[in-house]
Amino acid sequence: MSTQPLLEVDHLKVDFRTDEGLVHAVDDVSFRLGQSEVLAVVGESGSGKSVTAMTLMGLTRSPNARFEGSARLRGQELITASDDELRKLRGKEIAMIFQDPMTSLNPVHRIGKQIVEQIQAHDDVSDAEARDRVVTLLDRVGIPRSRERIDSYPHEFSGGMRQRVMIAMALSCDPGVLIADEPTTALDVTIQAQILREMRDLRERTGTSIILVTHDLGVVADIADRIAVMYSGRIVETGTLDEIFYDPQHPYTWGLLGSIARIDRPRPHRLPSIPGQPPSLIDRPEGCHFRPRCRHEFEDCPKYPELEGRIGQAPGHDDRCWLPVEEKRDRRVVADGQIGLEAEGATA
Amino acid sequence: MATEPTVKPTDPLTATPATLDPAQVDPAAPPATGPWKLAWRRLRRNKVALAFGVLFVLLILSALAAPLWAEHVANTTPDRNRLADQIIVDGKPRDIVSVRGIPMGPTWRGEYFLGADENGRDVMVRLLYGARNSVFIGLTAALITTVLAVLLGLLAGYFRGWIDALISRGLDVLWAFPVLLLGIALGVSLATEGLSIGPITVAGNSLWIPTLIIGFVGIVYLARPVRGQVLGLREKEFIEVARAQGMSDWRIMTRELLPNLFSTILVFFPLIMANAILLEAALSFLGAGVQAPSPSWGTMIDTGLDRLRGAPHLTIAPGVMLIMTVLSLNIFGEGVRDALDPRAKVRLEH
Amino acid sequence: MARFIVRRLIGMAIVMLVVSFLTFLIFFKIPGGDPADRLAGKYATPGQVAAVEREWGFDKPFWIQYGNMMEKTFTGDLISYTRQDKVVERIIDGAPRTFSLAIGAALIWLVLGVALGLFSALRAGALSDRFLTVLALIGISMPVFWLGALANYYLGYKAGLFPDGGYVPISEGGLWEWFKHMILPWSVLATLFVGVYSRVLRNQVLDTINDDYVRTARAKGISERRVMGRHVLRNSMIPIVTLWGLDFGYVLGGGAILTETVFDLQGVGDYFAESIGALDVPPVMAVVLFGAFFIVLLNGIVDIVYAALDPRIRLS
Repeated sequence: MSTQPLLEVDHLKVDFRTDEGLVHAVDDVSFRLGQSEVLAVVGESGSGKSVTAMTLMGLTRSPNARFEGSARLRGQELITASDDELRKLRGKEIAMIFQDPMTSLNPVHRIGKQIVEQIQAHDDVSDAEARDRVVTLLDRVGIPRSRERIDSYPHEFSGGMRQRVMIAMALSCDPGVLIADEPTTALDVTIQAQILREMRDLRERTGTSIILVTHDLGVVADIADRIAVMYSGRIVETGTLDEIFYDPQHPYTWGLLGSIARIDRPRPHRLPSIPGQPPSLIDRPEGCHFRPRCRHEFEDCPKYPELEGRIGQAPGHDDRCWLPVEEKRDRRVVADGQIGLEAEGATA
Repeated sequence: MATEPTVKPTDPLTATPATLDPAQVDPAAPPATGPWKLAWRRLRRNKVALAFGVLFVLLILSALAAPLWAEHVANTTPDRNRLADQIIVDGKPRDIVSVRGIPMGPTWRGEYFLGADENGRDVMVRLLYGARNSVFIGLTAALITTVLAVLLGLLAGYFRGWIDALISRGLDVLWAFPVLLLGIALGVSLATEGLSIGPITVAGNSLWIPTLIIGFVGIVYLARPVRGQVLGLREKEFIEVARAQGMSDWRIMTRELLPNLFSTILVFFPLIMANAILLEAALSFLGAGVQAPSPSWGTMIDTGLDRLRGAPHLTIAPGVMLIMTVLSLNIFGEGVRDALDPRAKVRLEH
Repeated sequence: MARFIVRRLIGMAIVMLVVSFLTFLIFFKIPGGDPADRLAGKYATPGQVAAVEREWGFDKPFWIQYGNMMEKTFTGDLISYTRQDKVVERIIDGAPRTFSLAIGAALIWLVLGVALGLFSALRAGALSDRFLTVLALIGISMPVFWLGALANYYLGYKAGLFPDGGYVPISEGGLWEWFKHMILPWSVLATLFVGVYSRVLRNQVLDTINDDYVRTARAKGISERRVMGRHVLRNSMIPIVTLWGLDFGYVLGGGAILTETVFDLQGVGDYFAESIGALDVPPVMAVVLFGAFFIVLLNGIVDIVYAALDPRIRLS
C-alpha cells in the first residue's frame, strides 16, 4: 500500500528535566508512515507512545524538554522547525484526536465555532464558507441534524458524538497525517467500534494516513496495516499486522498478545498479565529495558539491542530481542490456528 | 507556551484509604506515603512559609511575655500615665510628653523602647498588651467561627432536606448582611449597653463582645464550603458502609465525616484568624471593638492619627505590628494550603 | 431565563425582608438608650417623654413599629432620631460618593489584578512571580484605614501630590477635580483586592493551561495569542467575574466604610459611622438595608452572568 513515505521518523529522542531527574520519555524511535497507511503504536501507559505522537505535533515543547533525532513530513523537518512553522503545519498537514472527548473540547464555545477557528487559522475563507464546510464535515462523521447541532455546546453531546466532533475538527483541513491518541479508550465498547469504523472509512475515502496510538492490541486488529510495539520509550518490535499477530518476536509482544480479552474463547479466570512493573524512565536497566520482567533473560541482554531485522525472510519486521529466532519460536506458546498467543501460565 | 506532558499532581487528600479502589493497589508497589506525612514534607520544603510561621509563633510568645517586659524591662504597666515626668536618655533628661503635648519618640532602650503616647504611656508595652488582645480575639473568634461553621455545614450537608434548607437560607441571609456594618453597629451598641441573654451577662467593655461579633460574621465563609464538601463525601462508599453497619448519624458525622474535613479546616483556619485580627483592628479603630483603657492596635492607630505630625511612631508602630501578624498568618496559611492541596482554591473576604 | 430572573427577584425580596426584620430586631432589643428620652431632650418632664413616645409610636407593639419604619423607609419619610432630618435623602446624597469610590476601585483592582495575575502565571516559579506573590499577600494583609490615613497624610497633606481628603462632585469641580480627589481612595481600596485577584487568576490560568481543550486548541494550529485569549483567559475569567460581582456588591454595600471615613468622602458609610456613634437607629437600619440591597442585587446578577459565561450551568 505504501509508496513514498509521507512521514519519516529517525532516532527520535525526547527527554524531560524534572525534580526527580531526567525522564527519558522517548528513546531512539524510528519509523516510516506511507501514504494512506495506518500505523498502530501500541504500548502500556508510560511507554512513550503519546509523547512520540505529541512531539510530532510540537505539543511537548517546553523549556524542560530536550529533543534529538529527526522527523520529516514530506521532507520538512518537524523537530527543529520554528514554533511558527510548526503552527502552520498543525491542524493543516498533521492533525490529532485526543483520548478524552469529554474534556478535549472547550466547554464555553459552540462546537461549530471551535472547528471554524481551525479552518480560518489555515485557510482564508469567509465565516459563511467555513460554516458550510463544518456542516459537511459533521455530516461526514455521522452527526445527524448537523445544521442545528453546529451551534450546540460540547456538553450537549454524548461522548461518542463529541469524539466525532473531534474527528471532524481534525479532518477540517484535509491533513495528510491524522494522529489518533487512544481515540476510543474513554468510550463505551459499542461506541468504540463505531468510531473505529468511522476512521477506517475515512482512510478509504480520503487517503489520510493514520497513526493510531493505543494500549489495546485488540483495537488495532481491524484497522492497522503496520504495528509498532513500544516499551519504556523504545519501539521493541515493528512489522505488519500479520507479522506481529502470527509471528511475534519480542517476549514483551507475546505478553501483550496474551493479555487480549477474547470473546471467541472461554473467559479465563483472570486475564494473564505481564508480571512486574514497567521500569522507571529515569533509571532504566542497561541494554534491553524489558530484561527485569522477562523470564527468558540470558547473558546477551545487558547489551544494547538495535531495532533490526532478525528474521531473514521478513524485511520490515524488526525487533530488539537478542534471543535467536529459533529459540523464540520454541519458547512462545502458540495454539494451532489461533490468532495471537496465550501467555505462559494462563489458565484457560 | 509549553505543554508539559507530566501528569497533574494528584490530591493526596481525596485518596483516603476508604476511596481507593482495591483493584488498583499493586502489592508490589512501594508502601504509599500517608497524605499528612506528604503534606508535612511539602510544608517543610517551603522555607518562606515556615519562616513566617516561626515569626507568628514569636509574635505570640512576645504577647505572652508582655507582663515580663513591662515589669522587668520597661518598669511600667500598660496604663501608667507619666505626663509631667522626665527620663534620662544618654545622660540627658527628656520630657516624656513635651509641653506642647508631643510625646517623645523611640529611645531604643528598655524604658520607652518605642517612645511614649499622648498620656505618657510606654508604646512598646501597650503594643505587647495589644498583641495579647488581638491574638486572643483572633484565635477565639476563629475558633467560634470554625466550630459553628463546621457544625452547620455538617448538619446541612449530612441531613439535607429541611435542615439543609433552613441552614442554607439562614446562610443566605447572613451572606446578604453587610457584615462590616453589622459588626460596627453591634459593637457600638453593645459597648454602651453590655449584653445580657438570660443568665449570661457580658459587660460593655469586655473583650468577648468583639470576639463574639467577629466569630459570628465569619461563619458564612466557611460553612458553605464545608456543606459542599459534606454533600460530596456522604455519597462515598465508606459512608454507605458505615450506614449499612448501623452506625448512628452522630457517630458517622464525628467519626467518619469530621476527619475528612480536617484538611479544609486546617487550610481555612489561619486565613480566618488573619481576617479576624484585621476585623478586630477595624472595629477598634471605629470605636466598636476593644474599649479603652484596654490597649488595641486599632485604637492605638485611631488616637495616633491625630498626632501624625510630631509623633508618627504612634501610628506606624501598631500598623507594622498588625501587618506583620496578619501577613505571617496569611503566608503561613498559603503554605499550609499548598502543602495539603496543591490545587485548592481558597479565598476569604475582607 | 425570564422565569429564572423572576424567581431570583422573589428570592431577593424575601432575603431583604428577613434582613430588614433581623436588623430591626437587633436594634429593638439593643436600643442603646431610650430614643424617647433623647428626642424629648435633656430636661424633659416624664409627660413630655410620654408624648414623644406616643408621637413616634414607641409605645406600640414591636411589629407595628417595624411596619411603620419599613413604610417610612419606602415613602422616604424616615426621620433620624438625633438630627431629625430625612434619612433617605441623606443616603441619596451620599450614594454618588460611595458609588464613585466603589466603581473606580473595582475597575482598578479588576484590571490590575488580571494583568498581574496573567503576568505571574506566564512566569510561574520565576523570581518576578514570587515577588508578585509576596506583594499580593502584603496587600491582602493591609489594614485599609491605616494605609489610607498614612497615604492621605504623607502623599496628600505633606507632599501635596494629592488633595488632602474630601470629595468634589463633578457638577461642582469638574471631572478633573473629582478624579484628583478619588485617586488615593481608589488606590488604597484597590490594594486590598488586587492581590486576591492576581492570585486567583494566576492559579486559575495555571490550572486551565493544562486542560485538555487547551492542548486541542494548540493542535489546531491557531496562534498562541488566540490560544491564550480565547481559550485560557476566557475560561480562567469565569471565577474572576463572579468574584468581582460579589466584591463589588460588598464594597457598594458598606464594605468601603473605612476608606470613606479615612478620606472624609462623606458617603453612605460615613453617614453610617456618624449615626451609629449617636446610636441613631433609623439611619443605621436604612444603611444596612441599602447595603444588603446591593449585596443581594449583585449576587443575583452574578448568577445570571455566570450562566451566560459558562453554558454548562443551567438556570433553574
